[in-house]
This record gives sequence, C-alpha cells and structure tokens, in this order.
Amino acid sequence: MLTISRDLQAKIIDHARKDHPDEACGVIAGPAGGDRPVRFIPMQNAERSPTFYRFDSLEQLKVWREMDDRDEEPVVIYHSHTATEAYPSRTDISYASEPQAHYVLVSTRDESETEFRSYRITDGEVTEEPVTFTE
Amino acid sequence: MAIEVRIPTILRSYTGGAKSVQGSGSTLDELLSNLDAEHGGLRDRLVDGENLRRFVNVYLNDEDVRFLGGLKTPVSDGDTVTVLPAVAGGAL
Repeated sequence: MLTISRDLQAKIIDHARKDHPDEACGVIAGPAGGDRPVRFIPMQNAERSPTFYRFDSLEQLKVWREMDDRDEEPVVIYHSHTATEAYPSRTDISYASEPQAHYVLVSTRDESETEFRSYRITDGEVTEEPVTFTE
Repeated sequence: MAIEVRIPTILRSYTGGAKSVQGSGSTLDELLSNLDAEHGGLRDRLVDGENLRRFVNVYLNDEDVRFLGGLKTPVSDGDTVTVLPAVAGGAL
C-alpha cells in the first residue's frame, strides 16, 4: 500500500498537467527503509515525448547521489501517460528496476479528471496497490 | 589503489550485498571482466555483446560513459565508476 500526502499527490498531478501532452516523470524521495515519500523531485523527460520517458542520465546521477548523501531512497517513481490509462505498459515493466519503489502512474487523457494509481513492479510482475491519502 | 565501483540495489545480489566493490583494469571493459571474476554474472547484467545494455547507466566519475567511449573508456586507479539502472518507460 502507498501512503502519500494530498500535497504530494497535487504536485505530481500539476507536473503531469504542465508537461501534457508530453509524459512527465520524477521521484519522491524518503528516508531509507521508511517507505514514506517526503521530498518531491520533478525530473526532466530527456525524450520530451508523448509516448516515452527517460530520466536524463546526468540529472539522475546528481539526484541519486543527493539521496545517497541524505540516506534517502526513491520511495515513489512517477510518470504520466497522456493518451492512455494509468497502467504500466510493457516498456514500463521491462525497465522497472527499483523493486522497493512504488511506481505511480497518472493519466492526463481526460481534461477534467486525472487517474492516479500505484503499482509494485518486481521481476516483470505488476501488482496494483491501494493508495491512502493523508492531509 | 584500485577503482571503486558503486553498485545499485538491484545488482547487490552479485556483490553479497555490498554497495561498492573494487576492481582494476585500463578500460571499462577490462574493469568489468576483472569484477566478474569475483562477482560472477555481474558483467552480463551490464554488457550485451560489445556494448553496454540500454537499460543501464554507467558513469566514470561525473560523466556518462556513453559520451566518453562506452566500454572502451579508459579508467585508472582512483576513479569511481557508478552504475545506475536507467529510469525509463512510456505508454507503448
């Protein structure tokens, strides 16, 4: 189960809406082992594409080092789908490489409503999980 | 002196849980072969034939080795090599 604040949920959705129709992506870091997302880190989509995302490799190195220095880990890895549902695609599954992370997908295909869902992706297996929002 | 190689969580099963390991070689290719002697299978997770795998980022100090020379990138004692899984995906 993912527990996340309303404020962080709103930040992810704002980022996804702002970059629409391109996919938006980023990380929420939290204390290592705590399973609690705290620090919002929007990332550049190096592909600037409506159907693909990839963290810029140098920005990723910088952010991952920062997390290491602060004893954090990527608790949430999020990205948006802009024309399809918020469900991991085959590409998402084949690239997923942080088994302890919550993979959050949002869909901006509908102008007024944003789907917001969370998954675990381990060894090619996708498991959707409930999301609890805190104030 | 040796070359420090930082290993991401997902590959630490090859290093007995260690966050970083030490190796030697004059190129990244040699370094990865050197590491594979002690940490069997690690090289195969990073290299596909003659090239680095697409899903993996390898950095020499602060640079992505893709912009340096890939597996042929020269390395020397005191360097730090960092391995990170690429974070990517998409709707298709």
